[in-house]
Amino acid sequence: MSLFLQALVNGLVSGALLAVPAIGFTAMFAVLRFPNFSVSGIATLGAFAGYLAYGAGLQMVGSLAIAFAVAGAAGLFFDKTAHLPLVKQGALPAAIASIATGLILENLVRLSFGNEPRGYDRPIARDIRFDDIRVSPQQLETMSLAIVIMLAVFAALAFTRIGKAMRASADNPELAALKGIRPQRVATLASFVGMGLVGVGGMLLGLDSSIDPLTGTRILLSLFAAAVLGGLGSAPGAVLGAVLIGIAEELSVLVVGSPYRAAVGFVAILLMLTVRPRGLLGERAY
Amino acid sequence: MLSYLLFIATVGGIYGLLALSLNLIWGGAGMVNLGLAGFFAVGAYASALLTTAGHGPIAAGWLLALIAGGLAGLIVTLATTRLREDYLAIVTLGFAEAVRLVASNEIWLTRGTDGISGIPGPWKRALGADFNGVYFLIVIAVLAIVFWLMRRIDRSPYGRALRAIREDAQVAQVAGKPVLRFKTEAFALSAGIAGLAGALYGHFTSYIAPDLFLPLITVYIFLAVASGGTGRPAGALVGAYLVMALLESSRFFVEWIPGVTAVQRAALKELLIALALIIVLRLKPSGVLPERIPPAPRPAAGGSS
Repeated sequence: MSLFLQALVNGLVSGALLAVPAIGFTAMFAVLRFPNFSVSGIATLGAFAGYLAYGAGLQMVGSLAIAFAVAGAAGLFFDKTAHLPLVKQGALPAAIASIATGLILENLVRLSFGNEPRGYDRPIARDIRFDDIRVSPQQLETMSLAIVIMLAVFAALAFTRIGKAMRASADNPELAALKGIRPQRVATLASFVGMGLVGVGGMLLGLDSSIDPLTGTRILLSLFAAAVLGGLGSAPGAVLGAVLIGIAEELSVLVVGSPYRAAVGFVAILLMLTVRPRGLLGERAY
Repeated sequence: MLSYLLFIATVGGIYGLLALSLNLIWGGAGMVNLGLAGFFAVGAYASALLTTAGHGPIAAGWLLALIAGGLAGLIVTLATTRLREDYLAIVTLGFAEAVRLVASNEIWLTRGTDGISGIPGPWKRALGADFNGVYFLIVIAVLAIVFWLMRRIDRSPYGRALRAIREDAQVAQVAGKPVLRFKTEAFALSAGIAGLAGALYGHFTSYIAPDLFLPLITVYIFLAVASGGTGRPAGALVGAYLVMALLESSRFFVEWIPGVTAVQRAALKELLIALALIIVLRLKPSGVLPERIPPAPRPAAGGSS
């Protein structure tokens, strides 16, 4: 029982961290209308940018801000130069190009830092215990940061002018344009904020372990699974999907052993698309 | 020098098979397969396991690779053919990742990241130094058969129906074409060919490991099809050898840059390939051999048959 509860807690924590890049991925999909696979490279870039900032003496929040800004700027650059000009031909050419840009980013990081894993030098602290369940203060810290970031994103989407414009544009681009919402501005913001969140997510997920050029590639499958499970294009869905995937991954270790942990995401995607393609909170899928 | 060229030509031929496989669905039916590396790996592992652990004949291994690739293709498409194209993109990319993770972690079956070595080559002992030459001919023979098949499909009513689906699936459906069946069949055949290519690769190099099946392979093949000419089998073949030429010349190019480590060289090479794909997609998406759509045969009018 305590093993089960421990897995549940760990899953909740990793799900909360995964939710941040999943919101970014799904929001970009909703507005820009193609699956942007360069998220793997952007997450790695964000993790390394945050790593450099943290190493230079910045606090955690400042480092996360740097990760956000660097990843957002890189995402915006590649969207403007490589992906969005191709969206006119259809979603697929843009998606293919985004694999290439992801590889470019991964290799730029490899070129500068090499393949060796690096760790954030965080102070070690004793685990907090509730009966048999252990939670480290660092886990709590990263999880609360993730939750604060998510609340900020949802508040911006719900209450600010540009957030409302973004939702309107995702819902019905023609009608939004008719109402005077400039699609260019919304697209620019979606690229920047979406990729910024992916970069922050890369750093948050790297904080607990170590980072290397493949950091982003390793979270790719869980990220897709979270977005598809919640319904592609739905931000609350991405959060729900991420938490479910986080818990399912941890529980799978108990049930079928750790080698299969990585397959959970893929199985979840296949099952969801077979049973309910629109996802838990999504709208249409075809 | 000759053995080097033979090696390049053989691997180029295997990439050619992959390019034909991708062209069938991307050029033909407008479906995407971002998990090409995964199907390539499934075939390579299926054949390697049957011929090493299972002691089966090599021909049986290749057949199994074809079937295993096709079955994997069926599983992936069954969940997604009804959905929008971007779902297939996500599922196939996820499939390749899942295959690589399973290959790295299922140590009892795949020996994990150590990989499988000692995969037998056909008549390898008897041939000795001539093995590479003979194997090259085998690959070319397989390539020729698949190329012929693709040309047949390209010009058949089946190929035209696939094109119709690519241009507008709804119209094809209204015209009475079973769109789902067409898409599923084409994808399974394409995935089977990718599996066969994987088997050919494994028995050539005699060693496979999860790291050989990174998404980079998928980028190579997309570059091949895009630069050669989407929708035309000959273009896919030309593109595969263009990519091979680019790969080898970029290798010499990065070796010529002073003061970089081996890791940086590999990174630079991957960077150049990825950049090339974006440039081709942006500037010349129709490739060097653009698609030609032959006019559909008209029902014979008058007396001529």
